[in-house]
Amino acid sequence: MNAANFLQYIASGTAYTLGVTLIALPLGLLIGLVLALVYVYGGKAGSRSMQAYSIVLRGIPPIVLLFILYFVVSGAINLSPFTAGALALGIVSSAYQMEIIRGAILSVDAGQMMAARAVGLSRLEAIRSVVLPQAFRHAIAPWSNEVAIVIKDSSLVYALGVPEVLRRAQLIGASNQNYLLAYGAAATIYFILVWLANKSLVGLEKRLAIPGSH
Amino acid sequence: MDEAILKIRQLRKHYGENLIFHDIDLDVAEGETIVIIGPSGTGKSTLLRCINLLTHADGGEIWLDGQRINAPGVDEDLVRQQIGMVFQNFLLFNHLTALENVKLGLTKVKKMKDAQATQKALSELQRVGLADRAHHYPGQLSGGQQQRVGIARALAMDPRIMLFDEPTSALDPELIGEVLGVMRQLAEEGMTMLCVTHEMGFAREVADKIVFMEKGSIVEQGSPEDLMYRPEHPRTREFLWKITELYGQQQEGAPADGFEAEPAWKPNEDEV
Repeated sequence: MNAANFLQYIASGTAYTLGVTLIALPLGLLIGLVLALVYVYGGKAGSRSMQAYSIVLRGIPPIVLLFILYFVVSGAINLSPFTAGALALGIVSSAYQMEIIRGAILSVDAGQMMAARAVGLSRLEAIRSVVLPQAFRHAIAPWSNEVAIVIKDSSLVYALGVPEVLRRAQLIGASNQNYLLAYGAAATIYFILVWLANKSLVGLEKRLAIPGSH
Repeated sequence: MDEAILKIRQLRKHYGENLIFHDIDLDVAEGETIVIIGPSGTGKSTLLRCINLLTHADGGEIWLDGQRINAPGVDEDLVRQQIGMVFQNFLLFNHLTALENVKLGLTKVKKMKDAQATQKALSELQRVGLADRAHHYPGQLSGGQQQRVGIARALAMDPRIMLFDEPTSALDPELIGEVLGVMRQLAEEGMTMLCVTHEMGFAREVADKIVFMEKGSIVEQGSPEDLMYRPEHPRTREFLWKITELYGQQQEGAPADGFEAEPAWKPNEDEV
């Protein structure tokens, strides 16, 4: 096997890595957003239950949750390792993304909500049109951390046998005993993905920056 | 008293043990400008917030256009549409341009078509002299301009009454005039206004009635002449004296015609 084939074999795992990430991130964002709204606007019961959700999920290693979801849940529903892994990572991420969005919502001055209500907007409409557009802008910087973490954590699905970048590096490293090159190639791929994601989010943050404010 | 747009009876508000105001009776007739003055911490701002239901009174009645608005089952969003509110710290929507700030209520609440809302919003910005700033964001506007956008935003909803909560208190002195100018123009146009302010020049020249509030209740109310030059209550006198000392000298220009340059009263040590 020549060097080009060797690298190509590892790099072709990128599709799985990206696939897991692109399912887990939006899933975590969607759940995280809904839960953050319950946390902030859901009264005492809402914030208590969300606190519990957050503590439990953030207190368990993602790989343990991944195993639980795969081996327990897939007993009832037929889940492929890929799907199970992506869903599990999305659920783990939802706890972190909830905290990020919650913080971003709280960073929007309470007066914004008051002014929106004074104009006659309903609470829901005020959240949608006034609070969230500002909160999302505040959330981009902390969110880019979470994006990096999910990209890197996507490597955990290798434990379920999904042939993503790390799994392939391990296989090919074992077959021709060139572990350093194999894992080095995997590391480079993760690094490039994280770097690209962060760069584009910095760009997004700049593009969405509100003219005239800091 | 059926001609009153806003009628307040025995209104009371407390936070826990802390009584904010009590026994407030107030009528605002159509086209009238009423100025509420009084020391800070007297409940003036809370009173305004109770009127447009941003916070809820604990007792008493508020009537708007003959409808009791602080009662169960009232559509509060609908009530707030009819009451314009201008805040001390402007509270423009930071992520929207001046035009979008004014438009938001029109499209989201009144469900106007975009083009129609734009036209209406532009004419309101014109009304406050800011048509040329329509596409500026709040962070690109001076405090005075922001407050004028705030006024335009409230006006766009065609409210029955406008509430002003110390609209110039957060402004640099040189920016106060432009905001007061807009308010004066509104009063002349016949807008019904209830203003909390320390601007005694404005109160004297524009108000139909001045209400002096202290420690959560209305101490005295009357025409500007009566209240400012012939206050009945010693506390009113004392407050006016203090505020004239503080703000009087720097206030825009001389008193209106027919008023003496100096108040006819002096604080009376015996009464205080």
